[in-house]
Amino acid sequence: MRGSLNFDIAHLLAGSLVLVSFLELYQDRLYALLNMFALHALVLALSVAWQAHIQDAPHLYVTAAIALVFKAIIIPVALHRIIVRLGIHREIEKVVGVGPAMLLGMGLVALSMVVMLRVTADADPLAREDLAFALSVVLLGLLMMVTRRNAVSQVIGFMSLENGLVLAATGAKGMPLVVEISVAFSILIAFIVIGIFLFRIRERFDTVDVQALDRFRGERR
Amino acid sequence: MALILDLVVQGLQMLLVLLLAPLLTGFVRKVKARLLLRRGPPLIQPYRDLARLMRKEVVLAENASWLFRVSPYLIFAATWVAASLVPTFRTGLLFSWSADLIVIIALLGSARFFLALAGLDVGTSFGGIGSSREMMIASLAEPAMIMVVFTVALLAGSTQLSTMAAFLVSSEVGLRVSLGLALFALIMVAIAENARIPVDNPATHLELTMVHEAMVLEYSGRHLALIELSASLKLLLYVSLIACLFVPWGLMPAGAAVALLAIGILAYIVKLAAGGFLLALFETSIAKMRVFRVPEFLGAALMLGLLATLLLFVSRSL
Repeated sequence: MRGSLNFDIAHLLAGSLVLVSFLELYQDRLYALLNMFALHALVLALSVAWQAHIQDAPHLYVTAAIALVFKAIIIPVALHRIIVRLGIHREIEKVVGVGPAMLLGMGLVALSMVVMLRVTADADPLAREDLAFALSVVLLGLLMMVTRRNAVSQVIGFMSLENGLVLAATGAKGMPLVVEISVAFSILIAFIVIGIFLFRIRERFDTVDVQALDRFRGERR
Repeated sequence: MALILDLVVQGLQMLLVLLLAPLLTGFVRKVKARLLLRRGPPLIQPYRDLARLMRKEVVLAENASWLFRVSPYLIFAATWVAASLVPTFRTGLLFSWSADLIVIIALLGSARFFLALAGLDVGTSFGGIGSSREMMIASLAEPAMIMVVFTVALLAGSTQLSTMAAFLVSSEVGLRVSLGLALFALIMVAIAENARIPVDNPATHLELTMVHEAMVLEYSGRHLALIELSASLKLLLYVSLIACLFVPWGLMPAGAAVALLAIGILAYIVKLAAGGFLLALFETSIAKMRVFRVPEFLGAALMLGLLATLLLFVSRSL
């Protein structure tokens, strides 16, 4: 009974991560999207901490703390400031509407489950479902990057994709802490670089709509 | 003897839902009024309305066909049967072999079908927009409802409500993320199906927003009374369905003694009151959506139901 409860809570948290990914897809205002991203990171931190508890792996607590501090607090606050400074907090931009995006997302989740359940047929059930959820979160992050035109929402898609990677890494036992920390910092650096790029794009094109870049390259639609 | 007792209990259930339905509607109205700092109509106002409508003469449009006259009875019968199939205070009722969730959805679907036909029958433009909007809502709400049914049925291994309730009250359920998602999807479907605020406003006759009221605009007298009663029954049905599936405590097992049935009825009334209060609280704290936003709202319900079913396949037992 105890084992099944452990599994149930891990399942609950990982499942909520997929759900929050869908909520990110559903939001069309940037502020709401940022809040959802902070929630995403918070759920990830809880999930990782629970994995640390049931796997008896103390270094995972560090991973959870990194997720909590950097992704749930620092990056959302920084993005919030960027949005305010760019003055784009009221913009709604999407390539495809909510409905098609949701349907695509459902298809991706189903795909990742079919693939993962086939491939890892004789793995530990906990690792199995973690990998299936992680793959769905990664694919949903990619979908988010594809379906948005605004560079800030693309950054959020990228960050939630990385959350999926962390979930996969914690489910598969034995990822060294060094790798985890270096991944976290490279994400942070990527975030800083993207932030600077955002302002450069803005200076040059007066918008953060990446379609302007397409036009600049001469790709007309 | 046992058969007679079963018949009595089933009859009691049918009477109970019929008698409590207007009370629940009145209760929701009262709580909403109190939350808006108004005094509100008394709790028994819906009964008075029904009694008054029953006495009034029916006014029929000149070009109304037989369908228009028959529809209220069909709608009322289908809804009443559906409502009396949901276990409210005791599982394993006499008709529980047919108390399949899919049957209940089908009964409600046919009631909706006749209501939409009746809305189109007289040929006024209001009836037309009401029917077309109702069908748009239904085309999204029904798949979402089916997904919820699939989720719970896959878990419980049956689509029978009695079996489901017995499974959900046992300890083998554990903590399931799928059930949580299914609950939210079911609540969203219930709000849309019962024409409550964000989707539709049951208290308005403003042509831009009304859906359910537009369809029944041409009805009067006892026809209108039957339609209002079936709307109340439908609200009661959804609240009891949510209570039966997700709050099954206090539901008496099949062979329970008569004294225990009283406790079951009491628990049921408490659950109804809690559901009605929460509905009123939710309705006063949210604004009505534009009609064109409704597909997104119901699409989210469909998505939750689908996700709940998908997540089951990587969970413990399946």
